[in-house]
Amino acid sequence: MKLRELAHSRAGDKGDISNISVIAYQEKDYALLEKYLTPERVKAHFAGIVHGEVLRYALPSIGALNFVMQRALGGGVTRSLALDAHGKCLSSAIMTMEIPDDTDPS
Amino acid sequence: MRHIRIGAGAGYSGDRIEPAIELAEKGEIDYLVFECLAERTIAIAQQARMNDPALGFDPLLAERMQAVLAICSEKKIKIITNMGAANPLAAAAMVRQIAQAMHLKLKVAAITGDDVLDTLKAGDYISDQDIAVNSLGDKLLSANAYIGAAPLVEALAQGADVIITGRVADPALFLAPLIHEFNWAMDDWHRLGQGTLVGHLLECAGQVSGGYFADPGYKDVQGLARLGFPIGEVAEDGSVVITKVTGSGGQVTPATCKEQLLYEIHDPASYLTPDVVADFSAATVREIGPDRVLVQGATGRARPDTLKVSIGYIDSYIGEGQISYAGPGALARGKLAQAIVAERLQLSAAVFDEIRYDLLGTDAIHGAALSAQASEPYEVRVRVSARSGSMRDAIRIGNEVETLYTCGPAGGGGATKTAKEVVAVQSCLLPRRQVTTSVHFE
Repeated sequence: MKLRELAHSRAGDKGDISNISVIAYQEKDYALLEKYLTPERVKAHFAGIVHGEVLRYALPSIGALNFVMQRALGGGVTRSLALDAHGKCLSSAIMTMEIPDDTDPS
Repeated sequence: MRHIRIGAGAGYSGDRIEPAIELAEKGEIDYLVFECLAERTIAIAQQARMNDPALGFDPLLAERMQAVLAICSEKKIKIITNMGAANPLAAAAMVRQIAQAMHLKLKVAAITGDDVLDTLKAGDYISDQDIAVNSLGDKLLSANAYIGAAPLVEALAQGADVIITGRVADPALFLAPLIHEFNWAMDDWHRLGQGTLVGHLLECAGQVSGGYFADPGYKDVQGLARLGFPIGEVAEDGSVVITKVTGSGGQVTPATCKEQLLYEIHDPASYLTPDVVADFSAATVREIGPDRVLVQGATGRARPDTLKVSIGYIDSYIGEGQISYAGPGALARGKLAQAIVAERLQLSAAVFDEIRYDLLGTDAIHGAALSAQASEPYEVRVRVSARSGSMRDAIRIGNEVETLYTCGPAGGGGATKTAKEVVAVQSCLLPRRQVTTSVHFE
């Protein structure tokens, strides 16, 4: 299923770095996010957009992950040529990632 | 336990004004905070001040003050804002004039000391992008240190009713009244960490009360046209209930609070501010009533010895042109238009450091990889933007797109063009002892 079914997200910017939260609607789904949203998978998903390292921070107390993506904003909001210079729309892009349904017995 | 109620009246310079009036009238708040200063805003404000020494503060300052000063004076609500931008003294003088014209007796304080341009020019500082700051020469516009809550606490201790600052760390605008009211020590890292979380939750105003959250069918939010801005009901131990005025639009839920908790922070265990290294990693978020969410569990460690400085400089010039195509074959004509502009620019002598071609509605936001089109769009809009070291070459981009009217594919319409000077921002670190702040009442 798409990540969008399990979680919501907001993107923020600092310089050329984008940070994207992924927050489970239901706390029971947090483990699935932690298992499948590895920094490697997230970096692969954003190929062509994120040119630097992707770091992941876990916040189990609120059922959320925070991804910090380096060199993701075309040089940063103040000089980017992009229409979405802040990378605000990146929160929607992560929602298209596929998460296998571990509860499915097949 | 004693509580202080702080309302957030603005989350950025151009924010709505009505929710702040609603907070002042019906929020039963003790403080109203307007956070209106983004990284680049202060550099642009410095440019405005260079052109006219009386300017350089937030363009909506007068309108906001005229809207709330009388109510706040009557209800003893103190106002704190960074709308002073590059010129807190002139901003405070204007607020005094407005108060006088309204026959209000208010003590208005201005905080200065964040402007460290001369210090940076005189030293050997290297920016986060490995550039020697003093090598920027005439292109250097501004350097402002993120100062902490201390001078604001001082102003409150001296009886300020209104505090106008420039570059203060956003959460410090909210932390200062907590330190003042609860007598927190400036090295009570645990409480300062909690208070910083309060500030971080409130600083973007509507973003924690349902703004920038709605996704119909998944996250429905009522009444966004009448969005209520948040109130933080803060206890002496730093725990906070986020709420809003009853009957206003929007919503305060654990989900809205969690999105804001993680907004624009990197390592949640090390959120660096001038007042404390805050740790949000074990914070909890719990609904305790309708539009009432309790957030607690943040902590903190000793503050950094250096302050972050935002350096504003003239970086380059960006030109842009757009034109639309619609109906059968719109996509093919849009792509042809892009190819024509690309070839024209190659033939010209103009020099561009970077060029970007977008088809709006197709691949402009997330590029080709994430934007695979299932079907042909009815309309596309071609956008070409490029960076250059000269305004003359930047202007050429828009002209090339515009000439597609008579020299490009069939049926192009609605061409627009712009060219602008780019004020960009880098940052560097400055030892704290090199920054001296002052509080001014006249």
